[in-house]
Amino acid sequence: MDLKEKLVSSFMVFENRVDIDHPVHDIRSEAIKQFEEKGFPSKKEEAWKYTSLKSLQKHDFSLFPKEVGALEYKDVKKYFLHEIDTYKIVFVDGVYSSFLSETTHDGVDVCLLSAALSKEKYAHIIERYFNKTAAASDSMTNLNTAFSKEGAYIYIPKGKMPLKPIEIVHFSTGTEAALMVQPRNLIIADENAELQIIERHQSLTKNPVFTNAVTEIFAEKDARVDFYKVQNDHKEASLVDNTYISQQTNSRVSVHTFSFGGNITRNNLNYYQHGEHIDSTLKGITILGDKQHVDHHTLVHHQHPNCESHQDYKGIFGDKSTGVFNGKIIVDKIAQKTNAFQQNNNVLISDKATINAKPQLEIFADDVKCSHGCTIGQLDENALFYMRSRGIGKKEAQALLMYAFSNNVMESVRIPALKLRINRLIAEKLGVDLGFDL
Amino acid sequence: MLQVKNLHAGVEDKGILKGINLEVKPGEVHAIMGPNGSGKSTLSSVIAGREDFEVTEGEILLEGENLEDVAPEERAHKGIFLSFQYPVEIPGVSVTNFMKTAINESRKAKGLEEMPANEMLKLIREKSALLEIDRKFLSRSLNEGFSGGEKKRNEIFQMAMLEPKLAILDETDSGLDIDALRIVANGVNKLRSEENAIVVITHYQRLLDYIVPDFVHVLHDGKIVKSGGKELALELEEKGYDWVKA
Repeated sequence: MDLKEKLVSSFMVFENRVDIDHPVHDIRSEAIKQFEEKGFPSKKEEAWKYTSLKSLQKHDFSLFPKEVGALEYKDVKKYFLHEIDTYKIVFVDGVYSSFLSETTHDGVDVCLLSAALSKEKYAHIIERYFNKTAAASDSMTNLNTAFSKEGAYIYIPKGKMPLKPIEIVHFSTGTEAALMVQPRNLIIADENAELQIIERHQSLTKNPVFTNAVTEIFAEKDARVDFYKVQNDHKEASLVDNTYISQQTNSRVSVHTFSFGGNITRNNLNYYQHGEHIDSTLKGITILGDKQHVDHHTLVHHQHPNCESHQDYKGIFGDKSTGVFNGKIIVDKIAQKTNAFQQNNNVLISDKATINAKPQLEIFADDVKCSHGCTIGQLDENALFYMRSRGIGKKEAQALLMYAFSNNVMESVRIPALKLRINRLIAEKLGVDLGFDL
Repeated sequence: MLQVKNLHAGVEDKGILKGINLEVKPGEVHAIMGPNGSGKSTLSSVIAGREDFEVTEGEILLEGENLEDVAPEERAHKGIFLSFQYPVEIPGVSVTNFMKTAINESRKAKGLEEMPANEMLKLIREKSALLEIDRKFLSRSLNEGFSGGEKKRNEIFQMAMLEPKLAILDETDSGLDIDALRIVANGVNKLRSEENAIVVITHYQRLLDYIVPDFVHVLHDGKIVKSGGKELALELEEKGYDWVKA
């Protein structure tokens, strides 16, 4: 049985585990139909031309782990941003771990989707938001929707701000030979609310893991959301990350994606602007080696006047790694005075590395400022010689240059402890010890 | 200290240096002058170990050691310093952090421990005073948005920090106004000693009013066509390069 058939036939098993009378289940049932019809995306589709999920479909993934691995905090501490105090929503093999988590209902809700789906008091919020941005989507999102039952649920009421950043961490322990998980996050910042989220998927063994995640983020009027994705997983872990962002007037949402690890990683990041004076920021640093593959697929849909989007992705590709950047900006006819900026700069440090870059601008308004710049190059030999002539070794000089290259993206990270952590990950990924904290 | 013997070098099939002979002893200051395209910058790059140039004949010795196949960073560790005509911008890396890295990389190569932070701070403070550099400047990204004068001052600051045996100053005067030129030259003069040597590469005589050379060499078409004392620079200024080309 191939993975598609297995998933479709497992839906009935899944139905025994959820409340099928809940209104959300109608959405699930519709989604499994959609998935059954479309199947996994193939390279024939324009949007998936450079990323194939075929190699993943040969694994016999467990969909419902029989046994969840036990984890001690000290063993996984390093995957948390433990230098600072945070709320934590932690999942182990797809199952919530209350032991590792620190949730809250004190003025804000930082908890679980399963709880939000089962309690009456959340019903009106679920009804209002669940699957509202992700509805008309590709089959991977449909698949996640069909099996949606667990993930992070965050609701920040009007004018509130949680006391500390929120970490969403997914561990896979390798108790199953191969595991597929489908976390579903629902994040709402009500009017003038603010929050910061750090998300990480981490497998702890080399057993294959396939994560198909969907995150919906709603930023109401004047809200501010900063989302940081840290992708530094094992080389057998693959991720399809679908993030949908719906923004209202005067809201600001930023997503930073740091892609250093994993096997196949596909990031679908979609912004929909539903008001004026909205600011959308999308930034990423990708550093790959071996045969790693990362595909950034972004969409910013400007549907109202006077909004901005700022997009900046840097990529460094070594060995036989491949990168894809497909950045689509749509400016509707009504969306006059839009400022949309897109930058995508790539450095190839090996002859066998590949990057496919495709900016896509569809502009129907006539009074807009849109710019896009896409570069693919090598490290500047002159700059390397400059540093080496000061006694800095070749490898370290390369690392410093790559660091300098990606620095624009780091500048907008607003959690200092996270910035430091990412800088260290970059140094580690580049294999250097520079003797100071970048 | 430095011996350049019959040095031929170039890129691909194009010869640029066509038999350079030069000997620099400790405590000496040499000036190399010449028109554009005579090979001045190539000579400085080749001595510093730039791999884009191929040495086809001859050799370069530092304190008697042949530098063939010695990487640029190793040459730096051995005491060669090249001040660039066009210093490179490195966003996100502060002047201080760059210097820390350069010094500690050099110490690592010599089997020494990293320099303790307080010692480093003291050294930075001392050397930046020499170049009249203020503290704010040190926390800026290396060369990013620096004026021409700031870039050159920063180059000499780095020279002061690294205390090279042989410093090559490639067109350090270009792009400098008279005040910046004076500060840079003062800095260089304070770094002169009986143990180190300086090679000044310049198109114009102007810098040599401030950094007075013991010897002046005129480079033309990849060869040193004339050598003399400091008065040679003045003569050149007066008569122009056509005089030596003849």
